[in-house]
Amino acid sequence: MNVILDYGLGNIKSLENWFKRGNEELIISNDLAVLNEAECIILPGVGAFEDAIKMLEKENFDQVLIRHVKKGKPLIGICLGMQLLFDASYEKGYFKGLGILKGDIVPFQGDFKIPHMGWNDLKGDAFYDGKDVYFVHSYYLSNAEDCVVATVDYHVSVPAIVRKDNVMGFQFHPEKSGSFGALILEKIKEFKNEILSSN
Amino acid sequence: MLKKRIIPCLDVRSGRVVKGIKFENIRDVGCPVALAEYYAASGADELVFYDITASYEKRKSDYDFIKQVAEKINIPFTVGGGIKTLEDFDLVLKAGADKVSINSSAIDHPLLIQEASKKYGNQCVVVSMDVKRIKGEFKVFTQGGRNETDWEAGKWAKEAVIRGAGELVLNSIDEDGMLQGYDLELLNLITSKVNVPVIASGGAGSKEDFKNVFQRTNVDGALAASIFHSKKLDIVDLKEYLAGLNIPVRLL
Repeated sequence: MNVILDYGLGNIKSLENWFKRGNEELIISNDLAVLNEAECIILPGVGAFEDAIKMLEKENFDQVLIRHVKKGKPLIGICLGMQLLFDASYEKGYFKGLGILKGDIVPFQGDFKIPHMGWNDLKGDAFYDGKDVYFVHSYYLSNAEDCVVATVDYHVSVPAIVRKDNVMGFQFHPEKSGSFGALILEKIKEFKNEILSSN
Repeated sequence: MLKKRIIPCLDVRSGRVVKGIKFENIRDVGCPVALAEYYAASGADELVFYDITASYEKRKSDYDFIKQVAEKINIPFTVGGGIKTLEDFDLVLKAGADKVSINSSAIDHPLLIQEASKKYGNQCVVVSMDVKRIKGEFKVFTQGGRNETDWEAGKWAKEAVIRGAGELVLNSIDEDGMLQGYDLELLNLITSKVNVPVIASGGAGSKEDFKNVFQRTNVDGALAASIFHSKKLDIVDLKEYLAGLNIPVRLL
């Protein structure tokens, strides 16, 4: 079963609707027992990194997620949920992340519009390359180590999709990315099945 | 490259879309979901629902349309109109809207911008401004254009962004309904003052108006209502036209 971790942040409703439209079952939960049994966990998030990591730590969700990944089960982070997977963030201070993937979250800096908001095209393999998806973020992944699958150009090259072993993350909002977003859900199903069948 | 956004705006009253919608191929043109699906399928990049239900007659069930829209469409949408408190933000966002637009209430209670952006993130907070030329100066109006404030548009834009607005929508009262093009001078003024996305609103009457606003100003998107609702302009055709002029747009 897919479980969206409900830790009090994020547009969970939109993710739930996206899964439903794609005929993929899921439940929303903050119950440690349910999370421990989850096949695949989806980590959402909208808002500030500091608030999010504190809320994860307060309920021991950070340990649940780290254990889940160590067991080899699939974990998917979306938007801020992706950023939380990394070592640390420099969003309004310095905060340690989950440290599941290697890299730092840093602010956009320069004389251009922030947030990076709207539809922008991915650079990646044939499936992703040139496809427009919907971004909304003011911070981005930097110094990532061997996990970047696709990027997007917004004054700098920004990692847009990451994957390493059983962990995957999206900086943009696939649930808001139109009909291509629906195809990404199919990719996620493939990813999940591939990981689960290899375990 | 980041694409220029095309954004249809729908007026909603008591959960039903109202005003001049001429769709023969949609069974119920008053249904927000049916129209949202139509626009999403025809290439709209985003939708705005403007709730014109008067506050005194508003019931919580009037927000049900947001839930229904969120279930069906897969592009972002904003809800505005009558949002006055953090609780209103909460209701609208929990129902599934991606952004909340505030206008008069931002002027009356500027702290609302800070509180909302702190709680939900800047990207959720859209400040919409109604602007009119008064003696050669762009002035901000509230209460649907009835009340002139002391704010000069550029100053209010900066203030709103400092307080946490993640996006601005600029409605030109002078151009609204004139179908003669967006107010390029106003838009150039505002985009020179702030570093957040700016959306043009008011005045679109032809596809050339979209060309002009994207070629001659630095706006991120253009919002329009009647030109789309009257079927005078189809979004697929509009985007092909803009793409032909090398204006970056998302094609389906």
